[in-house]
Amino acid sequence: MKFISVYTYDPSAQSGPPDPKMPEKMGALIAELTASGQMLDTGGIAPTGVSVRVQKNSGKTTVTDGPFTESKEVVGGFALFNVQSKDEVIALTQRFLDLTGAGTCQLHELAEM
Amino acid sequence: MSTARTSGDVIEAVWGIESPRLIAGLARVVRDVGVAEELAQDAFVSALEQWPGEGIPNKPGAWLMSVAKRRAIDRFRREETAERKLGEFTSTAFEPDFSERIDGIDDDLLRLMFVACHPVLSLEARLALTLRLLGGLSTSEIARAFLISEPTVAQRIVRAKRTLSEARVPFEVPDAAARAERLASVLEVLYLIFNEGYSATSGNDVLRPELCQEATRLGRVVAEMLPHECEVHGLVALMEIQASRTRARIGPAGEHVLLLDQDRSRWDQPRIRRGLAALQRAEECEGPLGKYTLQAAIAACHARARVADDTDWERIAALYDALAQLAPSPVVELNRAVAIGLAFGPAAGLELVDGLLNEPSLKRYHLLPSVRGDLLEKLQRFSEASAEFERAAELAGNARDRDLLKLRAARCRF
Amino acid sequence: MRYLVMVKATKASEAGEMPTAQELSTMGAFNQTLIRDGVFLDGGGLLPTSKSSRISYSNGKPVVMDGPFTETKELVAGFWILQGRSKEEIIERLSQCPFSRCEEIEIRQLFEEADFAGIQ
Repeated sequence: MKFISVYTYDPSAQSGPPDPKMPEKMGALIAELTASGQMLDTGGIAPTGVSVRVQKNSGKTTVTDGPFTESKEVVGGFALFNVQSKDEVIALTQRFLDLTGAGTCQLHELAEM
Repeated sequence: MSTARTSGDVIEAVWGIESPRLIAGLARVVRDVGVAEELAQDAFVSALEQWPGEGIPNKPGAWLMSVAKRRAIDRFRREETAERKLGEFTSTAFEPDFSERIDGIDDDLLRLMFVACHPVLSLEARLALTLRLLGGLSTSEIARAFLISEPTVAQRIVRAKRTLSEARVPFEVPDAAARAERLASVLEVLYLIFNEGYSATSGNDVLRPELCQEATRLGRVVAEMLPHECEVHGLVALMEIQASRTRARIGPAGEHVLLLDQDRSRWDQPRIRRGLAALQRAEECEGPLGKYTLQAAIAACHARARVADDTDWERIAALYDALAQLAPSPVVELNRAVAIGLAFGPAAGLELVDGLLNEPSLKRYHLLPSVRGDLLEKLQRFSEASAEFERAAELAGNARDRDLLKLRAARCRF
Repeated sequence: MRYLVMVKATKASEAGEMPTAQELSTMGAFNQTLIRDGVFLDGGGLLPTSKSSRISYSNGKPVVMDGPFTETKELVAGFWILQGRSKEEIIERLSQCPFSRCEEIEIRQLFEEADFAGIQ
């Protein structure tokens, strides 16, 4: 089963200073999960300033630049997982959240094509 | 806030996407890459004039193609008229068939790739032409990429197109006999573009690391068009895995960090995964492995090792054995010696290194005495090791490398 | 640069309406153009959020919630990871997306190696 995890967080809800060892631990976690084949892809997402919405209505395309003010949650990253069960991906996602300390991961299952 | 979808940036983006196939399709009909590019540029100018007012068409590629075709027909008629006036019109004059459907299909793009990398052109010309015609990069972007002036780039491209014209290079995919050599030229050009971006030490200009991405992208494009050529997949694999180390290569003081000393948590894992997938495609192809595939396989051995100690040195040594047969060079021999030393013990490595001591191209290469010193140290021949590290320090290019080597020399003397 | 492209969910996608064979075929052709141009890195259609979960973390405690979720506009029905030279290029490519359900698409730039230079 494949899942995409979209990570969002509330920048105003920072609790305490960031862990200086975090990038290293994150790198190690990513390396471990990639080696096992459970993680297929991942990336950090640049702040809202470079996101864009493209809307198509009856063939006409309109483009709106970010920032978007609907939610105070910022999209921080994503990961693509290949797992045996939903429980497995939830467990892996929790390991990721353990490192970030805060935020939300929305897990979507990929349709089998 | 709505962005006007007719700004210069947007039209440039459309050009970048559509121009390679546009030029390729035109080139097949008019049989001249230079003329094809001019016609395409004319269409682009029309787009810059008309799209801000009319909006970007739903099928921009088709719009550009139809404008280019009209220009081509006009141009041909003018030339025909001029030749007739001068009494030079001959019945053997080439008449492009504009009724042909110009789809910009893969075959045309492949032809364009081979022509842009034709051996009749100098290497610099091939690089510039490939980035221009297949990458859709502007003259200024190419100039920034190679740290040369825009007029120099413009000149190179003009001369390259003239050379192709004068040499009457046909717009076609090379036949089976010439294929291997011509494909090797394409891959060489792509790898050079990649290394131009990879060797950029400071991130001052974002275009230079982007060159790695562009080269990799073009590699994927060729791989899609020639899926049974193992070396194309091998090159893509090599570029992906090499690029995966970008973040770990430069230390906090801006110094180069050797692979074995790199912080592997900084390696780009999704890139490694893509590289390993490409390597698998290469290995599944028929035929013996080529030099890019072998280098990619070596890079993959490193990429798979979570820590340096996990490295499969025996496999790397075997791959270097094959590479040394296929694409021998003193640097390959030196790397082979390192691998053999780590796989089978320093004495074995030293034997190979000693065979390189009279190699002229390595006389000023600081890594040769550095490697020799390392092997001697492991064999506990400390005073000889120290002398080698001193020699390496003298040859070293930058101050930090020099300091590190002097430190190693001192340690050997206790 | 790499970009994450998210196709936003609609009432239809949340209701589990599957794309028709024709729609799948034209989407496949569109994906093939992205592969052909060497810019396709990843992509996929997503099941409705009745099959998804959300894990929230605050004060050291994880909370898992199962879908469906109600704020349709914030949900995702499909995605791509694409390589591009600029966001304009990605917008331009996606404006050729044929899928009739591609009503709203969000494009996010991913961090590149150079961006991490300042973070040690």
